[in-house]
Amino acid sequence: MRNIVAGIDAGSTAVKLVFFDGQQMGFWQRPTGWSPAEVTLQMLGQALREWNISREDLRHICGTGYGRVNLPFLNTTVTEIACHCRGAACLRPGVELVIDIGGQDAKGIQVGPKGRVLDFVMNDKCAAGTGRFLSVMAHALGLDVSELGTYAGGDAVPPQPINAMCTVFAESEVIGLIHRGVDRKAIVSGLHHSVARRVAAMVARFDGDGPLLFTGGVSRNEAIRLALEKELKRPVEVNEHSPYAGAIGAALIAWEKV
Amino acid sequence: MSRIAEERPFTMSFFDVAIPRAAGTIQEAKNQGKKVVGHYCVFAPQELIVAAGGVPVALCATKEEPIADGEKVLPRNFCPLIKSSYGFAITDKCPFFLHSDLVLGETTCDGKKKMFELMGKFKPLMVMNLPPSNKDEASQTYWLSEVARLKAYLEDYFQVAITEEAMTAAIEELNQERRLMQRLAGYLTHDPVPFSGQDLLKVLWSRNFVFDRAAFAEQVEELMKELDERIAEGVGATAKGAKRIIVTGVPTGVGTEKVIRILEESGAAVVFLENCAGMKQFIRLVDETKAPLEAIAEKYLATPCSCMSPNPDRMELLARLVDEYKADGVVDITWQGCHTYNVEARVLRDYLKEHRGTPVLHIETDYSEGDSQQIKTRVQAFLEMLEAM
Repeated sequence: MRNIVAGIDAGSTAVKLVFFDGQQMGFWQRPTGWSPAEVTLQMLGQALREWNISREDLRHICGTGYGRVNLPFLNTTVTEIACHCRGAACLRPGVELVIDIGGQDAKGIQVGPKGRVLDFVMNDKCAAGTGRFLSVMAHALGLDVSELGTYAGGDAVPPQPINAMCTVFAESEVIGLIHRGVDRKAIVSGLHHSVARRVAAMVARFDGDGPLLFTGGVSRNEAIRLALEKELKRPVEVNEHSPYAGAIGAALIAWEKV
Repeated sequence: MSRIAEERPFTMSFFDVAIPRAAGTIQEAKNQGKKVVGHYCVFAPQELIVAAGGVPVALCATKEEPIADGEKVLPRNFCPLIKSSYGFAITDKCPFFLHSDLVLGETTCDGKKKMFELMGKFKPLMVMNLPPSNKDEASQTYWLSEVARLKAYLEDYFQVAITEEAMTAAIEELNQERRLMQRLAGYLTHDPVPFSGQDLLKVLWSRNFVFDRAAFAEQVEELMKELDERIAEGVGATAKGAKRIIVTGVPTGVGTEKVIRILEESGAAVVFLENCAGMKQFIRLVDETKAPLEAIAEKYLATPCSCMSPNPDRMELLARLVDEYKADGVVDITWQGCHTYNVEARVLRDYLKEHRGTPVLHIETDYSEGDSQQIKTRVQAFLEMLEAM
């Protein structure tokens, strides 16, 4: 029997899975869809085959993310705040602040020694400043959310200010701008700044200039990273595994349990 | 050895039905000629109502259901408490509002102030205007004149004389009740806590609808006897060593105890409710050595509510409570649209960080259950953070 653990981050948009054997990590992800449990099971099956191991080799499975309450095969559950913090500390040793923007929420986490949470802040009920906000806007603009980051085209086009804070109102505002014939690139750029401004205001209380890691699905959007740097006036780093930070943290917590 | 109780204290069954029972009693009391005065807030000088021979009942609404009716008139982005209160009033669905001979409004915020203007069109209403501060002499003098105006209003409205003796007797009666509540809350200084924060809330909330004060006090004494037994046997409502949380912020009465419930479901011990659904009104007594009207005015104006500017007393009180109740963290709840508590959340967080190193979790929410899962995540993360400290 091998010593392998798994971390699962069942988010609102994607389920991420990480295997860890003490040295190596494996990464998988799939869209959450309507049944996180089914999606996770299928992905787990695929991962077991790819690593050529059996279910019994998984000594501990730790779950996090919104879907964690509906996954039946978990050994432990930990909140995504603790997991993202832990995962970020692994991806970027010495990290002091984590900004995680996921499908339906945005968080700022102040990281202490050994990747423990010193303090955190999260957006309330509303989806402004999250991945959901960007998806809705991308849809209104006839774009795919994954192309937003490159579509804006950097500083070439000045951003069109988007003032509405609410996702629903912002969508109306964007539709209004489209009808006025405003350049789509300028609107996209404006949306990026709107997200960055909101998230920057949320994490304003965590001042400092230590390493800052950007995690979660939205960290794939380079334009948002740049907009965050502009708003926060400090370097914002990403890691190729940034979207997996929560699942990595869960796997590391699972590893401590065996 | 300590263990977690399988059941809630037996005496809680009295408090579980206290409010529905009061809803039945109120008609009876009215038939016997009792005067009922509804009020919205802990600034309402209840001694004067009692001294006028009336029964004070709290109307501050805690149900989601009437909000839709409230929104027919009030802006949607108002705080849920005002919308719910107005919705209950306009539809006559709340028996306590329906049977109130007179309603006292207190201008604790702009939203309520304007809502009372509308309510005054269909209900006998006396609005007490609060000064913006409780520290300066001008505000104190002004408030005393408002309390005197209420006294005169009650005397005229009910055609009674509110004598010094009646006020003194009412002060003694309500002070006694305050001491009783303080003793009850004091049981939560124990580890493990012998009863839950939700149960404390239930007792405190039912106190707002008491027609027979002696019978109520007897049941509280009975409950405390049970709690003494639990402490002797090491029985707790949560595990010994559970993270100890003080809840503060906006009123969270029975029906809106969502966050308190989530805290306790997540394994925390809620050791104090500082808000005005909780202990806020019972912490300070009316000074029995002073002239009654002045003493009443002084006590009520000293209420550490965020509508006072500045409001240093709330910060100092919470720091003291953190020590007394050995709290590990503070959870500060704001209803959406409550600007004063929302702004003060930052002040409180910084104050407790500086003076006690106590972490504060701020939750902004409303009466719906739609964000329960999100709040759960936040509460659990907060408890994980305290656990790792």
